[in-house]
Amino acid sequence: MQLPTVLMAVAAASARDPGGRKRKCGPGTGVRRCPLSAAQQPPAPAMDCYTANWNPLGDSAFYRKYELYSMDWSLKEELRDCLVAAAPYGGPIALLRNPWRKEKAASVRPVLEIYSASGMPLASLLWKSGPVVSLGWSAEEELLCVQEDGVVLVYGLHGDFRRHFSMGNEVLQNRVLDARIFHTEFGSGVAILTGAHRFTLSANVGDLKLRRMPEVPGLQTAPSCWTTLCQDRVAHILLAVGPDLYLLDHAACSAVTPPGLAPGVSSFLQMAVSFTYRHLALFTDTGYIWMGTASLKEKLCEFNCNIRAPPKQMVWCSRPRSKEKAVVVAWERRLMVVGDAPESIQFVLDEDSYLVPELDGVRIFSRSTHEFLHEVPVASEEIFKIASMAPGALLLEAQKEYEKESQKADEYLREIQELGQLTQAVQQCIEAAGHEHQPDMQKSLLRAASFGKCFLDRFPPDSFVRMCQDLRVLNAVRDYHIGIPLTYSQYKQLTIQVLLDRLVLRRLYPLAIQICEYLRLPEVQGVSRILAHWACYKVQQKDVSDEDVARAINQKLGDTPGVSYSDIAARAYGCGRTELAIKLLEYEPRSGEQVPLLLKMKRSKLALSKAIESGDTDLVFTVLLHLKNELNRGDFFMTLRNQPMALSLYRQFCKHQELETLKDLYNQDDNHQELGSFHIRASYAAQERIEGRVTALQTAVDAFYKAKNEFAAKATEDQMRLLRLQRRLEDELGGQFLDLSLHDTVTTLILGGHNKRAEQLARDFRIPDKRLWWLKLTALADLEDWEELEKFSKSKKSPIGYLPFVEICMKQHNKYEAKKYASRVGPEQKVKALLLVGDVAQAADVAIERRNEAELSLVLSHCTGATDGATADKIQRARAQAQKK
Amino acid sequence: MAAHLSYGRVNLNVLREAVRRELREFLDKCAGSKAIVWDEYLTGPFGLIAQYSLLKEHEVEKMFTLKGSRLPAADVKNIIFFVRPRLELMDIIAENVLSEDRRGPARDFHLLFVPRRSLLCEQRLKDLGVLGSFIHREEYSLDLIPFDGDLLSMESEGAFKQVANMMIRMKREFTGSQNSIFPIFDNLLLLDRNVDLLTPLATQLTYEGLIDEIYGIQNSYVKLPPEKFAPKKQGDGGKDLPTEAKKLQLNSAEELYAEIRDKNFNAVGSVLSKKAKVISAAFEERHNAKTVGEIKQFVSQLPHMQAARGSLANHTSIAELIKDVTTSEDFFDKLTVEQEFMSGIDTDKVNSYIEDCIARKHPLIKVLRLICLQSVCNSGLKQKVLDYYKREILQTYGYEHILTLHNLEKAGLLKPQTGGRNNYPTIRKTLRLWMDDVNEQNPTDISYVYSGHAPLSVRLAQLLSRPGWRSIEEVLRMLPGPHFEERQPLPTGLQKKRQPGENRVTLIFFLGGVTFAEIAALRFLSQLEDGGTEYVIATTKLMNGASWLESLMEKPF
Repeated sequence: MQLPTVLMAVAAASARDPGGRKRKCGPGTGVRRCPLSAAQQPPAPAMDCYTANWNPLGDSAFYRKYELYSMDWSLKEELRDCLVAAAPYGGPIALLRNPWRKEKAASVRPVLEIYSASGMPLASLLWKSGPVVSLGWSAEEELLCVQEDGVVLVYGLHGDFRRHFSMGNEVLQNRVLDARIFHTEFGSGVAILTGAHRFTLSANVGDLKLRRMPEVPGLQTAPSCWTTLCQDRVAHILLAVGPDLYLLDHAACSAVTPPGLAPGVSSFLQMAVSFTYRHLALFTDTGYIWMGTASLKEKLCEFNCNIRAPPKQMVWCSRPRSKEKAVVVAWERRLMVVGDAPESIQFVLDEDSYLVPELDGVRIFSRSTHEFLHEVPVASEEIFKIASMAPGALLLEAQKEYEKESQKADEYLREIQELGQLTQAVQQCIEAAGHEHQPDMQKSLLRAASFGKCFLDRFPPDSFVRMCQDLRVLNAVRDYHIGIPLTYSQYKQLTIQVLLDRLVLRRLYPLAIQICEYLRLPEVQGVSRILAHWACYKVQQKDVSDEDVARAINQKLGDTPGVSYSDIAARAYGCGRTELAIKLLEYEPRSGEQVPLLLKMKRSKLALSKAIESGDTDLVFTVLLHLKNELNRGDFFMTLRNQPMALSLYRQFCKHQELETLKDLYNQDDNHQELGSFHIRASYAAQERIEGRVTALQTAVDAFYKAKNEFAAKATEDQMRLLRLQRRLEDELGGQFLDLSLHDTVTTLILGGHNKRAEQLARDFRIPDKRLWWLKLTALADLEDWEELEKFSKSKKSPIGYLPFVEICMKQHNKYEAKKYASRVGPEQKVKALLLVGDVAQAADVAIERRNEAELSLVLSHCTGATDGATADKIQRARAQAQKK
Repeated sequence: MAAHLSYGRVNLNVLREAVRRELREFLDKCAGSKAIVWDEYLTGPFGLIAQYSLLKEHEVEKMFTLKGSRLPAADVKNIIFFVRPRLELMDIIAENVLSEDRRGPARDFHLLFVPRRSLLCEQRLKDLGVLGSFIHREEYSLDLIPFDGDLLSMESEGAFKQVANMMIRMKREFTGSQNSIFPIFDNLLLLDRNVDLLTPLATQLTYEGLIDEIYGIQNSYVKLPPEKFAPKKQGDGGKDLPTEAKKLQLNSAEELYAEIRDKNFNAVGSVLSKKAKVISAAFEERHNAKTVGEIKQFVSQLPHMQAARGSLANHTSIAELIKDVTTSEDFFDKLTVEQEFMSGIDTDKVNSYIEDCIARKHPLIKVLRLICLQSVCNSGLKQKVLDYYKREILQTYGYEHILTLHNLEKAGLLKPQTGGRNNYPTIRKTLRLWMDDVNEQNPTDISYVYSGHAPLSVRLAQLLSRPGWRSIEEVLRMLPGPHFEERQPLPTGLQKKRQPGENRVTLIFFLGGVTFAEIAALRFLSQLEDGGTEYVIATTKLMNGASWLESLMEKPF
């Protein structure tokens, strides 16, 4: 689909050399002339009747009506025979031929038809449900069909059934008399008037909370008219009964009187709230129209049209920030624009027509045409108003003259510049271009702006560029194939994101993508999102095989960033195409997204391998726990067995959470080593009694043997032996032995004076000699049993030498004992030993004898003060001697 | 406040600011007064991100530690749990929530998972029937905590392996969701601790390393015995010695510390004495100050000088404390044995020093560290030697340690030699892991951090930058685990021309922990003039041999 080429035309225009800048001004250019004065110059042909469709209302405003589309929807019925709903912002139109109104045979099923605003059929379906009271579009362009029994059926733009909800029991019992769909900042709401003349409403159908409004005292008949108001973010209902008006909020019902209402009203026939809920209009049986604020605090104006027939429709027609407020009232053949002016504007309606209020005007469609009626925006008015001297008007004229190669261009330009209004002129032209519907007119205004820009030094280009872009987008969506007749103001209000959403809703994917690319939207917000929507639509095409759909989607989407394959897969699964969903998930790079859906589709094993691939332990655990509940234990373990990583993670989990399962796992794997460790742990865990502990250890021993870990088995057997022994020691000697290490057990025995037993134990457990010597040495020194220590030292030659003896004695501050051993220290460590006991002189002798330089310095460093002076000298001498040699 | 984070080539302060912002945003989501219930483990890491004052600004009025039964009374609207995603913690939270007094004022509960939200934990909360009680359940991805200008740590005890694969996957997953970012790092090197088991086992000999070895640095804070820090001022001097441990924060924000932290401890003394002279000279200058202007200038420098003097006093005290340890005979003996092992002397027989240590019941960690070191240096111990050590340990320290020993074997720290070949000497020689001539004062090689031993991990990084790994392929084959290189092409337009003299920046990620000495070695490489590469270090955990083995130890009772 090709976008119209506004921008290209504009670019061409601006590329042209505006030679006027350099051209010298001709003589006589100083004469002031009114450029658009019809008398002096015939306007260009296109301008000829440009303001012909402008209708003044009062002094300050013009209203114009122009055609959007000529409708070629071959309607079978008259509009008046149908329930009609047209969505704002150029939205779709729904028609339901209403067989229930007339007493026709119920056997004829009505047809629900949905058209675009240009009359292109979007959907047509046979209505098979109950009688419908009212139709309306939600803000998301979903069609809400309110049935007589209070059930609301929700359909998509293409007639696809979405969901339904009920408006409650009270509504069901009393039936629906009338219903309105309204829009608030929270979403779309439904208000219902029941047969019992009570109101029920929900302010947001997306988050359905039903509110039953308070009763209107003494209300016996249906109100003559009513509407929903939205004030302070709360929905109210305003209703008229005879000459009285009542306002219902959720707490109370209060009677209200509009200020300055003309007397003599006995009934209100119509009421209308403006698009923004700010204004209210009331039509009375006297043909009098009151217009004021919706708060009913202020009157804007009033008008008497002298038509007493109840109007078919009454809607507000105003634009944001405009001072002018007007109401459009429609009767069967007459359309009237009424405002703060003595005269109204009148139009004749050739056909049965329907009004759609918009943000900045009113759309009017009938069997053959679709028109837009709005107040002429200020910028356009300034430029096009007859005899306007506004800077924009002059600039437009200047540009035209320039194209005609007339020197007048220079005159006009000079005139603007003299007033210093060129910037303003350019801005006016840009703005006015935005409000034009015809591309030709847009182009000539933009060309004028571009022309004017050339004579400005510093004009920020963004507003111009953005307007060109916006118009190009707008012209594209206004095309009758697309049929979204958005105005510039509506488009700005709606935002590009919502517009893209709406294009996606209409399945106009290529156009949406082209717009994204054209506007250079970030991929994640733009192209990717649209492709994802396209894919979600694609998976619903049931006549295409899974392979083809998956391939087609992957081809289009590839690795486009920001596309969530899992969302698409979820959609496929939602359509009952599990296989397709799995195929699509294969393309999903984020396992975190794959796994939950796979679990939902009961593909747990696949989910497990995906989770493992992701390396996300949390994900793996989630799948594992899911699997554990889903499978029986045996199968579960078998599954684990094929997934080593899952298995080890599950083991981790069991270690903390389910010890018994852990054992089973080890058992299943014949992992005897771990099983052994498990039983060792178990032996410490709960068993108070020694028998229990020994049994656990025995099991561990068996496991270790099976694991061919002889060392561990033997060690554990030793442990069992030690445990039993410790138990016996406790019984016989008292005291605490259990859970002491072997080393400590022996030490404790020595400390307790049970040397024999200690020896025995050391022999039984084959404690190496060296360690035993250390042990005894430490223990005896602790006891300060110097006699026994000496005896022990002499029992045989020490395997650890005698330096430790010296050290330990010194540690206990027993120099006397230490000296005994110092003499027995071997030559290698003698110096150290002698120094320890403080015999510096002898140490020096030994060191000199050994001619060991390191030892000499060591001794020297111990020489302190006068006492060792002689020794120090001796060493120095020895050193000197050694050096001589 | 966090100036020490921004001095490097890569401004890590940005990271800190980002996590702070995220925290503030979360706190603001819970309107009204709040109390935070802390998973105790998280308080340390959070301290590096946000002080109490920040929390206070966001209406945090109370802080509790997470524990069972009822929550302490607090008159606050919100209770926020800051927890790691652990099942056992979920049970405690559920207990807290369920025992909440129904009659009291209604309070809102929130849950913040650090660093990951976990489906598993949420499921557990659901099973316990409290999931619905939480209004906000979010995750706070405090993954990499900036410790210093070039150091990031995850501070998590257990970490995955095979992260590399996942990173390649992540690359695909995340493209598009983030805009193209100008790359700050030229290379990423992932090192699994398994490649270099040896280095953490050896005693670190840099200043910072020794502080860590002896006193343990936790989240950049160290607690020291208070005696040396007694205030020496008149007035309150000497009256009462502080009994509470002295807590100091250590990072490069402190000028002096930045200078000495990575030096070999033997080179620290001279720096300190030089500094002392400079500072006292600076203070002396006040006598020379004659004019008002000069005095004013002197006074303006005072705060800085006083800070410098305080810092000097602190570090002199610390250095003294360390010196007491390093000059002890036992430290010397231990170091001698370590160095013997690392240089390949007698690694294949039972070592008598280790034997003596066992017999004298020295701390088990020390013994294990030495045995593991010997095992690694010998590509595993002979079965006989191994069994002897194991038996000695079990008999001396108790049979329960059979579990610990098994864990060490599983981790590969302790193993029987298989194939009867010791290939460690080959690795050592090829990669020059042992240097005999070490200049501790003015180092020329990374080996100064262990006074001889060059960390294999850092050597690999060094060789990767120059001349590349192709030259050492044979040795790489001997190292555990596969190695691979992957090049990521940059989108055109992001490629920048390197300025002459501008260094490449490598992010080196240590999976399974890194020691301070290794960091020092990398910083040394960064500073080398002709090095050409600067390093930013990230890790799962800052560790030393003791804390590492501790994590592998198992005490069944």
